[in-house]
Amino acid sequence: MTISYQLKRADFIFKNENDWEEVLSKNLSRTPSELINELISSELKGRGGAGFPTGLKWKLTAEVEDSIKYVICNADEGEPGTFKDREILSMVPFKVLTSMAICGYVIGAKEGYIYLRGEYFFLRPELNKAISEFEYYCKEINFDFSIRIFMGSGAYICGEETALFESMEGKRGEPRNKPPFPSNSGYMAKPTVINNVETLAHTYTIFKYGAKRFYDLGVQYSRGSKLFSVSGDTPKPGIYELELGMSLADFVDEFGDGDTKAVQVGGASGFLVPRKRFNETAIGFQGKLTGISLPTGGSMMLFNSSRSMFNVLDNYLEFFREESCGQCTPCRVGCQQLLKGIKAVKRGEKNAKYLDKLLRLTETMQVTAKCGLGQSVANSFSSIVENFREEMIY
Amino acid sequence: MYPVSDLIRNLADQHGRNRHNLLPILQGVVEQEKYLSEYSMIEIARELDLPASEVYGTATFYSFLEHKKMGKYIIRVCKTITCSMKGKNQVLLAIQEMLKLDVGETTPDGTFSLLQTNCLGFCHKAPAMLVNNEVFTDLTPEKVRDILSAYLKKQKEGVSHDN
Repeated sequence: MTISYQLKRADFIFKNENDWEEVLSKNLSRTPSELINELISSELKGRGGAGFPTGLKWKLTAEVEDSIKYVICNADEGEPGTFKDREILSMVPFKVLTSMAICGYVIGAKEGYIYLRGEYFFLRPELNKAISEFEYYCKEINFDFSIRIFMGSGAYICGEETALFESMEGKRGEPRNKPPFPSNSGYMAKPTVINNVETLAHTYTIFKYGAKRFYDLGVQYSRGSKLFSVSGDTPKPGIYELELGMSLADFVDEFGDGDTKAVQVGGASGFLVPRKRFNETAIGFQGKLTGISLPTGGSMMLFNSSRSMFNVLDNYLEFFREESCGQCTPCRVGCQQLLKGIKAVKRGEKNAKYLDKLLRLTETMQVTAKCGLGQSVANSFSSIVENFREEMIY
Repeated sequence: MYPVSDLIRNLADQHGRNRHNLLPILQGVVEQEKYLSEYSMIEIARELDLPASEVYGTATFYSFLEHKKMGKYIIRVCKTITCSMKGKNQVLLAIQEMLKLDVGETTPDGTFSLLQTNCLGFCHKAPAMLVNNEVFTDLTPEKVRDILSAYLKKQKEGVSHDN
């Protein structure tokens, strides 16, 4: 499939290189601080959506003194519109395992876990096979590192890192207060590095080709390439690795069906961008000097003019209402009231001004909710209600 | 099939009896029993020396850990945005008509349960559903009828084989 010039296609992640043994043993002979510096200079940021600098995460965890530490690969991919992590784990599992082991070496951890969402249970047999082969090689080169799969059971919130720890500890997946951060107190209150599947796949690229190769891709503050999960009203849904920093207009030129009305960037917890803003919106992390820059875990959902934005918002809110863990009031009650509220406006039981009250409620949630779930409901809610207000009412 | 208490003891032997082994044990019981009965939860609490309320708390948090009796095949149709846009409702209707059951119900013979679920991660091949752990994508009413017929056939053969 051809991709236009403006969208720079990259091909690192799915390239089948079959050289993980070499990459692993080569990097295990370097010093931990060398590896951390390599990662920091690549400016890789977490690919799960939050965008925390990966090198810094490893550095902070490496600096904490403790005889027991953990490496966790977050494969609880639950954001609507995201499906890249499954593809990475089924196509190039050894890249992820290798990066986990290198991370273990850097921070001083002997145990790694892959937290795999329950919906991806079917991946487990193949992944276990890969893990046995991997551990066998580690033993051969006298490197002490084991990896186990921990299955989730259908809870979106467990993708939040501290909720994931709670879940692994046998509790309800309710997020913890931060601080302490995982680098000090993560799984079993031990220092823990937790990285998204794709982040680990990128660190493989960086440790194989060097930081510069990665850094040369993308734009300032948003270095490297990123996998995009493209779905919705598009003639070519699928997974694409593209350089960061592209404009949304170019993206829509390539993937739209000619009638794209809006694009949801970053899944239900991300932002909806209407057609009139395509030109000024770039895809990358915050900090770009001109225009709006939207971070994303890679979910890109396209909607054409046949879609009702009310139905879209209704679907998101239903999702959040069900997936809210219920621990903090702003999120638990907020999600219910937002859903009730837009339905009441649509039915004419409340007048249109009520939407402004709901917008103020999302502002409250953004400030007071305990974790990213409750805080980010405001993103999709306000971007849809502000841009498609008439569709909410009539 | 083992009685539940044996199953729970085996699972505890296999995974361990600490709090952090609870989820794999709950999952193991659901895998065989299809749900967690009150009895199972109390047994697990006894085996792990935990308050039963703690086990109940964890068990009821996760949508894949059912706590009411389910059919042999649990159908979970994805209802999140892309699947909804690509015809999830027609697929759901086809299933309901064919199996004569509503969302949340189980067929009287205990073969199928029908549920809706949140994003399965197959938005590029929507609509999608899970039958137990198996994924089916790009569904249409015709396709879903064929899939269920195959399950029904398998079930019938299984039953006559048992006899």
